[in-house]
Amino acid sequence: MGRYVLRRLLQLIPVFLGTTFLIYALVWAIPQDPFAGKCGQRPCDPSYIAEMSAKLNLNDPLLIQYFKYLGSLLTGDFGTTFNGVSVGEQIATSWPITLKMGIIALIIEAIIGITAGVLTGLRKQGFLDNLVLVSTLFLISLPVFVTGFVLRLYLGPQGFDIMDTSVGTDPSFGELILPGFVLGSLSMAYVARLSRSSIVENRRADYVRTAIAKGQPQTRVVGVHLLRNSLIPVITFLGTDLGSLMGGAIVTEGVFNINGIGGLIFRGIQEKEGVMVTGIVTLLVLVYLLMSLIVDLLYAVLDPRIRYE
Amino acid sequence: MTQPLLEVEDLHVEFRTRDGVAKVLNGVSYHVSAGETLAVLGESGSGKSVTAQTIMGILDMPPAFITKGTIKFRGEDLLTKPADERRDVRGEGIAMIFQDALSALNPVFTVGFQIEEQLRVRRGMSKADARKRAVELLDQVKIPNARGRISDYPHQFSGGMRQRAMIAMSLALDPELLIADEPTTALDVTVQAQIMDLLAEIQKERDMGMILITHDLGVVADVADRISVMYAGRIVEHADVYELFRAPGHPYTESLLESLPRLDLKGQELKTIKGLPPSLTNIPPGCPFNPRCPRAFDKCVTEVPAVHNLGMGRTSRCHIAEEVVARG
Repeated sequence: MGRYVLRRLLQLIPVFLGTTFLIYALVWAIPQDPFAGKCGQRPCDPSYIAEMSAKLNLNDPLLIQYFKYLGSLLTGDFGTTFNGVSVGEQIATSWPITLKMGIIALIIEAIIGITAGVLTGLRKQGFLDNLVLVSTLFLISLPVFVTGFVLRLYLGPQGFDIMDTSVGTDPSFGELILPGFVLGSLSMAYVARLSRSSIVENRRADYVRTAIAKGQPQTRVVGVHLLRNSLIPVITFLGTDLGSLMGGAIVTEGVFNINGIGGLIFRGIQEKEGVMVTGIVTLLVLVYLLMSLIVDLLYAVLDPRIRYE
Repeated sequence: MTQPLLEVEDLHVEFRTRDGVAKVLNGVSYHVSAGETLAVLGESGSGKSVTAQTIMGILDMPPAFITKGTIKFRGEDLLTKPADERRDVRGEGIAMIFQDALSALNPVFTVGFQIEEQLRVRRGMSKADARKRAVELLDQVKIPNARGRISDYPHQFSGGMRQRAMIAMSLALDPELLIADEPTTALDVTVQAQIMDLLAEIQKERDMGMILITHDLGVVADVADRISVMYAGRIVEHADVYELFRAPGHPYTESLLESLPRLDLKGQELKTIKGLPPSLTNIPPGCPFNPRCPRAFDKCVTEVPAVHNLGMGRTSRCHIAEEVVARG
C-alpha cells in the first residue's frame, strides 16, 4: 500500500508538469503583444514594458520562462497582475467561497442523487422511477446557465419570492445553497442514474439472497449488504467530481455574481491577465490530481478485493 | 410417529413471464423429521431449488407465484404467516446454505462480520461475545486457525473453506432444519467428500433435520436416509435410500442409476437418458417423462400417473410402478 501511494505520488509529477506547461504555453506563447490595451488608449510606456517584461521573464525562451514561473510557484509566490495586485491574495479570498459552494454541491448531489437512485433501483418501473428518469434527463439536457437563471429568477423576488437569491461578497452557507444546487444539478442526475443501475444490478445478487435467507431485517439487507456494494462506483464518481465542480463553477458564479475562483478566472481571461489564469488553473489541476489519488485509495478501502501491489 | 419438522404439501409454484407461464412446481410433497436427512434429487430445472427457496421464503415474487399448497414447519403453515414472523423462522428455525459460497457470501465484509451479524442482530449479543461465538463456530466446521482467519474476506478463503464458513454462518442461530442446496457442486471431488462428511457429522451432533438438494447420486448414497426424486416439478419417486438403490420404483430413477459410471462395466458405452427435460412452459400431457421413458405405453401419453403406494413409505408416480420395482 505504501509503495503504491508513493508510486502514485511520483506519477503526479509528470502529469502536473505536462498540464501546467500546456496552460502556460497557451497563455504566454500566443502571437500577440501581451501589453496591447494595458495602458488605456495610449501605447504603454517603454520603461513600463521593460520592467514588466523583466518581471515576467518575457525575454527568455518559453521553456525557461515556464521553469522560472514554476520556481516562484514553489516558494508560494503566484506573482502579480499588470496592475500590481497580488494573485496569491486574490486566490486566497475567492478560493474558500468556491470550495464552500463545491462542497455544498457535492453534498446535495450525493444526498438527493443516491436517495433517488436507491429508491428507484429498488422499485423499478413505478411512478417514482419514471419521475426520476424524466427529471434527470431534463437536468442532463439543460445547460447549467439555463438552470441557474431560471431558478434564480423564479425563486427570487422577481418571481415567486420564495427566497433571497442574491449572494453577498462573503457568502454564508445558506446563501450558497441555491448556487450549489445549480452547480451540482448535472452531476446529481448522473449520480441518481449511476446508483439506480448499480442497485438494479446488485439487488438480485447471491449475497443479497443470503442476507434475506439469514433472516436479516429488510433495512439491513438493503442498507448494509446491498448499499455497501452498490455505492462503490458512485463514491468514485463523487470523488473525481469535486475537481470538475471547481472548474465548472465559472458559469454558476457568473449567474449568481459570486466572487469565487470562477469569476476570477473569467475576468483573468477577459482582461488577458496571464499570471492570474495560469495561477488558478494550476491550482485546479492540483485539486483534480489529488482528488483522483484519494479516490483510487478509497477504492481499496471500499472493495477489499482490490489490492495495491 | 412424532410430527415431522417440516411438511410440504401439494406445493404449486409458477413463474409468470413474458414468454408464458412456466409451471415450475406441480404438486410437490415431502416431509423431514428431526435428525433425518432427506435428499432431493433431480436434474437442473426439475424444481428442487425452487422448492427450497419457497420453503425459505426467498423466492422472487413476482415473477414467481405460489398457487397452491402448504408448508408446515412445526405444524404451522409458513405461507400464511405475516412477513416478520416468517423472517424470524429464517436462520433460527430453518437455515440454508448455497451452491457457490463465493457469490453467496458478501464480498466486502469479513467472514467474521457475516457470522457475527447473525448473533448481534438476531440475538442481541455484544460485539465481544459474538466474536467469541463466531470463532467457536469456525472451529466446529474445522477451519484451521479460526481466530486468525475470522477477519479474512471471503475471497481470501479457498473454495472448501468458504463453504465451511457458509455452514458456520448457517449454524449461528442453531437451526432445527438445514437446507443444503447443492453444497458441493462447485468444489473439487476430494473437498466434496470432506464437506459432505462435515455436514453429516454436524447433523448427527445437533440432531438437525436436513434437506440435501443434489443432482449427484453418489453424494446421496452416503448421507441420506430417504430420497425424493424430482422431475418436471413433481416428486416422481420417494423411497428409503437403501430401497431406492436396490430396486428403483420409477423408470426415471432407473435410468438415472443406469447412467452412473460403474467399474464392473468398464469399457462399455455409458448409458444416458435420451432427450431433454421438458420445457416448463409446455409440459407434455400425461406423464411428463413419457417422451424419454423406455417403458412408455399408450396410457402414459394421456393420463397423469397417480401416486402409487409401494409400502414402507415408498411412493412412485408411474402407471406400472409395481412392475418396475419387482424387476429391480
